[in-house]
Amino acid sequence: MSDTAIRRDAPQGVATKAALGHFDEAFKAQTGAALTELRQQGFDAFAAHGLPSIREEAWKYTDVRAIGKTNFALATSLHSANLDELQLDLDAYRLVFVDGVFDAERSSFDDLPEGVSLGTLSQRSELPQQFGSQLAASAGPFTALNQAFAGEGVYLEVARNVELEKPVYVLFVSSAGDQPWMSHPRVLISLADNASATLVEHFVAEQGAANFTNLVTEGTLAHGARLDHYKLNEASEQDLHVANLKVEQQGDSLFKQHNLTLGGRLVRNDIDTELNGEGGHTEYHGLFFVNGRSHVDNHTVVNHNVARTFSNENYKGILNDRGRGVFNGRVYIKQDAQQVRGYQNNANLLLSDRAEVDTKPELEIYADDVLCSHGASTGQLDEDAVFALRARGIADEHARALLTLAFAGEVLESTAIAAVAQRVERRVAGMLPDRFDLEGLVDISA
Amino acid sequence: MLEIKDLHVSIEDEDKPILKGLNLTIPKDEVHAIMGPNGAGKSTLSAVIAGKDGYEVTSGSITYEGKDLLEMEVEERAQAGILMGFQYPVEIPGVKNIYLLRAALNAKREAEGKGEIPAPEFMKLIKEKSAFMKMDSAFLQRAVNEGFSGGEKKRNEILQMLVLEPKLALLDEIDSGLDIDAMKIVAKGVNSLRSEERSIMIVTHYQRLLDYITPDHVHVLVDGRIAHSGDANLALELEKRGYDWVTEEAEA
Ligand SMILES: Nc1ncnc2c1ncn2[C@@H]1O[C@H](COP(=O)(O)OP(=O)(O)O)[C@@H](O)[C@H]1O
Ligand SMILES: [Mg+2]
Repeated sequence: MSDTAIRRDAPQGVATKAALGHFDEAFKAQTGAALTELRQQGFDAFAAHGLPSIREEAWKYTDVRAIGKTNFALATSLHSANLDELQLDLDAYRLVFVDGVFDAERSSFDDLPEGVSLGTLSQRSELPQQFGSQLAASAGPFTALNQAFAGEGVYLEVARNVELEKPVYVLFVSSAGDQPWMSHPRVLISLADNASATLVEHFVAEQGAANFTNLVTEGTLAHGARLDHYKLNEASEQDLHVANLKVEQQGDSLFKQHNLTLGGRLVRNDIDTELNGEGGHTEYHGLFFVNGRSHVDNHTVVNHNVARTFSNENYKGILNDRGRGVFNGRVYIKQDAQQVRGYQNNANLLLSDRAEVDTKPELEIYADDVLCSHGASTGQLDEDAVFALRARGIADEHARALLTLAFAGEVLESTAIAAVAQRVERRVAGMLPDRFDLEGLVDISA
Repeated sequence: MLEIKDLHVSIEDEDKPILKGLNLTIPKDEVHAIMGPNGAGKSTLSAVIAGKDGYEVTSGSITYEGKDLLEMEVEERAQAGILMGFQYPVEIPGVKNIYLLRAALNAKREAEGKGEIPAPEFMKLIKEKSAFMKMDSAFLQRAVNEGFSGGEKKRNEILQMLVLEPKLALLDEIDSGLDIDAMKIVAKGVNSLRSEERSIMIVTHYQRLLDYITPDHVHVLVDGRIAHSGDANLALELEKRGYDWVTEEAEA
C-alpha cells in the first residue's frame, strides 16, 4: 500500500489530541503572515488524520509515536554548526540549511548556466506552482504537516535541452543544542523536456543532535528529462527523520534514485514514482544500515500507468544489534499498460541475531503482456567465505567487515558521484561492530 | 615442524569417525605427498590442520613449531605460517583479490610485529607474483574467484601462497580439474615455494602432479590412518598397482 495515500479506513475527522503530538501548539506559535492559507490547509489535512498509527497497514511495522512525544520547535535563527567533517567535498552548487534555516554564508550557487534557476523557497516572492500538488494528490499526514510549516526549501528548474553538469548539493544539518528542533523542508525539482540534473540531499548531524526532519521532495520530469537523485542520510542516532519523495515522469525520461540511509533513530522513507509516459525509466537503488536500536522503514512505489515503461529496483539492508528494518516495495501496472518491465530485489544481511527485518514485495499487475520479477532474501554472512578469509590470516571481525562492505558494494556501483560512494563506504566501515579501518584498502582500490 | 600424534577426528554432530589414529611428522624443508582412495580422510586432515569448523578432534594432538596447534584460532594458524590451498576455492563476491592479499599480508606482518607494507612495495610484489603465475593483473581487481575458471582459481590459490610465503603449505587436490598447461604453471608456483624454511604437504588422488613436484616422502592414507610410507617411488608403484594392496596390507 502506498505510504503516502491516506487510507480510507484511516481515522476520519479530527484526530485525537495525542495523535497531533505537540504540532498544534507549534502551529499556533508560528509567526509570519505569509503563506497563511497554504499552511492552514496543510494543518487541517494533518489534523484530520493525525500521526499515523501502527493500526494502519502502511505503518504497521513503524511506530512514530516518538515524533509526537517531543515538543519540537521551529528554528528562527541560524544555529552554528561545524561542517568541516560533515559536508562532502564536491564540486557542486551548494545550499546549506541548519535545522531548516538557510545558511547563506556557507552556500554558493552562483554562475548557473542559462536556463537553470536554483534557490531557496524563502527567497522567492511566490512559491512555485508545483508546491502543494502533493497534497492535492491525497498525500499522507507527514506531507500535510510539512505544508503546515511551509516556507523553506529549495527549488531547481532546468529549461528545455539544458544539461546541468555540476550536481546540486543540498546539505541539511541537524545541530546539537539544548532544545529539540524540527524542520519541514521542501525540495522542488522541475526538469523541462530533455533537461538533465543531479541533485544530492545530504542529511548530517552534529554529535548528540536529537531533532525531527520532515522532508518533502517533489520532482517532475518532462519528456526525455533525466534526474539523478541522491538522498544520503547520516542523521544522528537520536534524530527522527521522515521523508516523502514523489516524482512524476513523462515519456522517455530517466529517473535514478539512490536512497542511502546510514543514520537516524527512526527513519521513514516514502518514494513514489508515477510513470506517465511511454519509454519512462525508473531506477531505485537503496542501501540501509541499521544498528543500535534504530529503525529504518523504506516504502517504495512505482506506478506503471502507461505501456512500455521500465523500472528496476535493488535495495540492500544491513542490520546489526537490535536494529529493525522494513522494506515494502510496490510495483503497480495499470490495466492495458502493456510491455512493461518491472524488476525488484531486496537482499538483507543480518549481523546480529537480535536484528530484524520485514520485507514485502507487492506486485499488482493488471496488464497481461508484462515482464516482472521480484526477489527477497535475508541471511547471514557466508561462513565459507569467512573461513576462506580467516584461513589467509585475516582476523574474524576483519573478514566479516570485508564481506559486509562487499555486500553493500553493489549498491555503490550505481553511484556516479565518487565522493558519495566513498563517504558511504567509510560510513559503513565505521558502523561495523569492530570499527574497521578502510584506509589501507582504499588507496589501492583504484 | 608439524607433528601429528594418534589423531582421531569425527564429523561434529554425526559421531562419525574419519581419522582413526593418524600419525604424521613433517620436518622443515620437506615435501610430503598424501595419497589415498576417495573418502580416506585426506581433505579432513588438511581441514583439521587449517582449523575448519565442523570437525571434532576426539583424541590425539597436533604440534606446530612446538605449539599446540589445536588451541590456535584459524587466523592465528595462518599468521603463524600455515596456509591451506583449497580443493574448491570459495568465490567471494565483492571482495577484490587485491583487498584480500593486502589484508592478509598486513595481518601476517602485524602478527610478526612488522608494520603495514607500503602501498608501492605491495603493488610491486603482487604484480611480480601474478606475472609469475601468468595471471593478468586485471585479476587483482576482480572479486576473489568470482567467475574464474577452475584453473584460474587454482592459480589464484598459489598466487596467495607466493605473496604470503607460508612455512607450511597444505595443498588439497591442487591439480584437480586442471589441464596439463595449467598444471605446469601451478607446479612451477609450488616448486618456487620450496625452500629450506618451508614444508609442503600435497594431497592428491593421482600420481600425475608428482611428475612435476617430486616429493621427499609419500604417505598412503587409508581409512583414517597412514597405512604405508615411502619415497617418491611409492607414488609410481601406487599408479601401477592401485590402492588395494595397501589396504590389504594394512588389514593384515
Ligand atoms: N562435512 C561432512 N559431513 C559428513 N561426512 C563428511 C564430511 N566431510 C567428510 N565427510 C566424510 O568423511 C570421509 C572422508 O572425507 P574426505 O576427508 O573428504 O576424504 P578424501 O579427501 O580422502 O576423499 C568421507 O566418507 C566423507 O563422506
Ligand atoms: Mg578430498
